[in-house]
Amino acid sequence: MLNIKPEKSPAVQANSNGSEYAIEARELSIYYGNFPAVRSVSMNIHKQKITSIIGPSGVGKSTVLRAFNRMNELVPSARAEGEVLYHGKNIYDSDVDPVEVRRRIGMVFQKPNPFPKSIYENVAWGARINGFRSNMDELVEQSLRGAALWAEVNDKLQQSGLSLSGGQQQRLCIARAIAVKPDIILMDEPCSALDPLATLKIEELMRELAKDYTIIIVTHNMQQAARVSDYTAFFNLDDSGNRTGILEEFGDTKKIFTNPEKKSTEDYITGRFG
Amino acid sequence: MTRITNTRETFDRQLRKLKDDILVMGSMVEQATLDAAKALKTRDTKAAQRVYEDDQWINQKHLQIENDCVMLIATQQPMARDVRFLASMLEVSTELERMGDYAKGIARIHLIIKDDPFTHPVTEIVQMAETATRMLHQALGAFVNNDLETANAIPLEDDIVDELYNQFHHQLIEKMIEKPEIIDRANYLLWAAHNLERMADRVTNICERTIYVNTGILKEIASSDDEMLVGLK
Repeated sequence: MLNIKPEKSPAVQANSNGSEYAIEARELSIYYGNFPAVRSVSMNIHKQKITSIIGPSGVGKSTVLRAFNRMNELVPSARAEGEVLYHGKNIYDSDVDPVEVRRRIGMVFQKPNPFPKSIYENVAWGARINGFRSNMDELVEQSLRGAALWAEVNDKLQQSGLSLSGGQQQRLCIARAIAVKPDIILMDEPCSALDPLATLKIEELMRELAKDYTIIIVTHNMQQAARVSDYTAFFNLDDSGNRTGILEEFGDTKKIFTNPEKKSTEDYITGRFG
Repeated sequence: MTRITNTRETFDRQLRKLKDDILVMGSMVEQATLDAAKALKTRDTKAAQRVYEDDQWINQKHLQIENDCVMLIATQQPMARDVRFLASMLEVSTELERMGDYAKGIARIHLIIKDDPFTHPVTEIVQMAETATRMLHQALGAFVNNDLETANAIPLEDDIVDELYNQFHHQLIEKMIEKPEIIDRANYLLWAAHNLERMADRVTNICERTIYVNTGILKEIASSDDEMLVGLK
């Protein structure tokens, strides 16, 4: 569990600039020990847009996503080179508090991981320790509605989050992420455990959230990337034979899915690979 | 042991079948056009009647292709080149269906004027039909084989059809001025020629789709509008 401190990091706060990008990755490489998992990624994530990251398994999509809020540091032996600029400030600078980075750049994981607490507390907890003083009931309801879970849990808010089904647990985690009102939300396959209807609800929710937040989503569901995102990044293995991931193509989602520049992107999105 | 070498074998097979279908439909249209022009020239009422009635099979083929395209779009989630191809297939099938209507129209003109003496030999009409169907044949070949070079070259041939149409139009106008009593019949023949001129224009639309499938660029190929200048020369 993360030890999130309520106070804000001056280093992060002081460097907000007028850039149209929420995150700018510059020559970002991530290593696990000596193994380069991802090499030389440079990409700009537009503010208040949804950017999807697609690509075959094992190309480092989740690794890149986790690098955007220094979550990789929780993995022993992981190390990043290059820069990840957040509001113009490199989040890897020594004066930046990683805990604060993770509060402002929240994350929803592939596997649901609710706390062993009540449904209500799961949502309220993060907001409370961040000093939220307004109507907590309202925040909890709003967040649960946003995660398309309210109708299923409104009469059992005091039950354990772990009593919910896998799909419901994931939506609870989304509600929890929303509740602390982050600046950017990173989503790692957030709908892989949801049924199609709940998935579409989450996608609609993402469009709503994108009015205020920047969203980056890793997904294996290409139709989801096509439906929901404004920009798409296609990651692929480089040709070194080392299974190192690279950013192959990045651009407007409409362009990527109708007329990508590279043949490798075309082969992947039309399903002709392997 | 089953080994999967192509991850979209089934889809690719369905796409190949669609290509076969569009070639079959193209052949039906070519035959109808040539038969209609020939029937007009040889005054073969039976043949004209057959072209007129057989248009229903072209329409049926069009509906089948449209249905198959929609089914693939709904079930296979085509992306990139695949979605451009299926969208273009719908367009090409529609073009062919309209060309079938032109052939039917020419057959209908013969059925109307029947035994009335011709006001003018219809050699140009047969030549136009031959040129337009040759263009169509090449354009469909280019479409299914992703042959960009041919797709870019075919629209230039439209000028030949335009030139034949202009000649024919010019001569008929002169005849009409000479003998106003033939205006009705001459006008029907002009319509037949106009149908063929339009058919060649529609071949250009097919070439535009071939370019779109292969490049992603949706653009109009500038075609000559000489036929518009008839009478102004």
